[in-house]
Amino acid sequence: MYNYNDFDAKFVAERNRQFRRQVERRISGNLSEEEFKPLRLMNGLYLQLHAYMLRVAIPYGTLNSRQMRQLANIAERWDKGYGHFTTRQNIQFNWPKLRDVPDMLDALAEVDMHAIQTSGNTIRNVTADHFAGAAADEIADPRPVAELLRQWSTDHPEFQFLPRKFKIAVSGSPNDRAVIRAHDIGIGIVKRDGRIGYCIIAGGGLGRTPMIGKVISEFVTQENLLPYVEAVVSVWNLLGRRDNKYKSRIKITVHEHGIEKIRSLVEERFELLRRTYSGIDIKLFEEITAAFSPPEFQKVSAGEFELAYKSDPVFESWADTNLAKHRAEGYAIAQISLKAHGQTPGDATSDQMRAMADMAEEYGNDELRISHEQNVVLPHVRKSDLPAIHSILKKHGLATANIGLASDIIACPGMDYCALATARSIPVAQDISNLLKNLEDEIGELKIKISGCINACGHHHLGHIGILGLDRAGVENYQITLGGDATQNTALGRRTGPGFSHDKIVPAVERLILTYLELRENSGETFIEAYRRLGMEPFKSALYDRVHAHAAE
Amino acid sequence: MNLIVNDNGFSKDDWNGGFSALNDARPDVGIDLATSSDPGELQGRLDDISIIRVIFPNFSDGRGFTIARCLRLMGYNGRLRAAGHVIADQYAMARRAGFDEIEIAGAIAERQPEADWRFRANWREHDYQSRLRGRIPF
Repeated sequence: MYNYNDFDAKFVAERNRQFRRQVERRISGNLSEEEFKPLRLMNGLYLQLHAYMLRVAIPYGTLNSRQMRQLANIAERWDKGYGHFTTRQNIQFNWPKLRDVPDMLDALAEVDMHAIQTSGNTIRNVTADHFAGAAADEIADPRPVAELLRQWSTDHPEFQFLPRKFKIAVSGSPNDRAVIRAHDIGIGIVKRDGRIGYCIIAGGGLGRTPMIGKVISEFVTQENLLPYVEAVVSVWNLLGRRDNKYKSRIKITVHEHGIEKIRSLVEERFELLRRTYSGIDIKLFEEITAAFSPPEFQKVSAGEFELAYKSDPVFESWADTNLAKHRAEGYAIAQISLKAHGQTPGDATSDQMRAMADMAEEYGNDELRISHEQNVVLPHVRKSDLPAIHSILKKHGLATANIGLASDIIACPGMDYCALATARSIPVAQDISNLLKNLEDEIGELKIKISGCINACGHHHLGHIGILGLDRAGVENYQITLGGDATQNTALGRRTGPGFSHDKIVPAVERLILTYLELRENSGETFIEAYRRLGMEPFKSALYDRVHAHAAE
Repeated sequence: MNLIVNDNGFSKDDWNGGFSALNDARPDVGIDLATSSDPGELQGRLDDISIIRVIFPNFSDGRGFTIARCLRLMGYNGRLRAAGHVIADQYAMARRAGFDEIEIAGAIAERQPEADWRFRANWREHDYQSRLRGRIPF
């Protein structure tokens, strides 16, 4: 794992010193709220419905036990004893006081963490595959390049007042788990003639106008990566619309000007920028890569795992859903669900954070990951340790066996916290999760994603079933989309038709699922496969046809 | 009266040649650029210009930083000034992007006194860009 060097540590300390002073100037009135707003945002501080919210970066979703324990301490000392993990691999504290925030940032700095550029019109926290360095299907670990980009984008003088936010994600595997086609820039690590390079995708994004990113360059070499990405952001900074915030993201710029025009402008700017890099970034990249070298994997017998698997049906069920294939024999990637039935997706208490930190330290090479699906991952565990891990998870309410199933729902905070929300998301997720609890093993793989407003923080466009909560004349109204896909075959869901009120949305989802169970060819055909085969019609009929609607109620 | 800010703090404006829009460019007169302008339009004319002033209509309009960077990349070595609504917290960004100085109105100076600007006179330090590039870009 990457640890801060002297430069990083001093940078964060200096940045915190600056922010502490900005808070003082705001409190004394020398900074107007208008002027303070972008400054607090670029330091991760939002003003929500009820209080400030501090969004802390977990770069590329990787953290160690010490860092996780510090998050637990921060939640207890300055918040209400819990934190919320987000779809951008960050953690949010929902109840800090403005005066306390500089101290919270100092506490983060003690463990090499910060909240820089987790919001505002800046380049945001760079995300990556949560299985990085552990997945069996990986070309290269995406985290070294994500770290290089973190350093490059941090406090970049040109890019602190962009037209709008800018999100970058990196995948090291052809099986995309970082949703790179739905980012402003998505970077896919590729191999050509034995050389590693980067396929650059630009102009993807969700929100009001969802777009799938387009390839702007098939292959960018390591030495050209920073100037190339810089050229993209620089071209957009001048060209991106500032007259209408709904049209300012790069997806609209690419859409309005065409990818060819943008590509040629980027190449022109790239030629100028390339000369400003001496090549020292290659050396830094090599140092970063060395910091991420994989642990030494030992050959261990999986006997204990097999025994527990055969004798304990609860363990068996957890292992079937929550484990993923590790690249080393005898190891597994263990996913800890933060989606206990009926609870808030992505929330963890301080006690749970400490329990996860302890497990990482004892069994998991001292590493934890946060997934964009709002779960926690122990990336390197011996299979023989899994029964012990499972019994600890059970004690802390963390053993829910539902990864990838219907109750593993992505949901934004919605109207319960967010100032932008037009509807509640969390209660809808909780009700669906409770409803499907006993049916979800039968249903199998199903991605339900819920957003409480058009900005799509809950990735609803990419859900097999997507739910978007809107405000229709003061009443919550939930639209359904079907057929979305967050993988390398990125697809945007199609709207089924008119929306449903808050008390009708959960029964509507139930009708969709019963229809699927009725019409699937066999238990091996997943919801999304059945939808692709059958099309929208039978589902639409289940939603809107009076007979179906009454039968289900 | 407007003040000029640089690493030494506040000073009086010592440029007496005035400014004109790009369309009315004359020798020995500075050029005013809006943040909506395309810096590419100055291609081939930069050697004859002594001072360029980029006017920020609002501090949240960050195009000025990229314009400064582009002008420097195009080889402009003359004086480069940011003016308009720029706040003390942007001083380091402005210097790093290639500006030499900031011109601020008295009202901004009143709320953001000299000490706020000098607080960021250390803009050469703690700079990821020069670290990653191996040299100061300009």
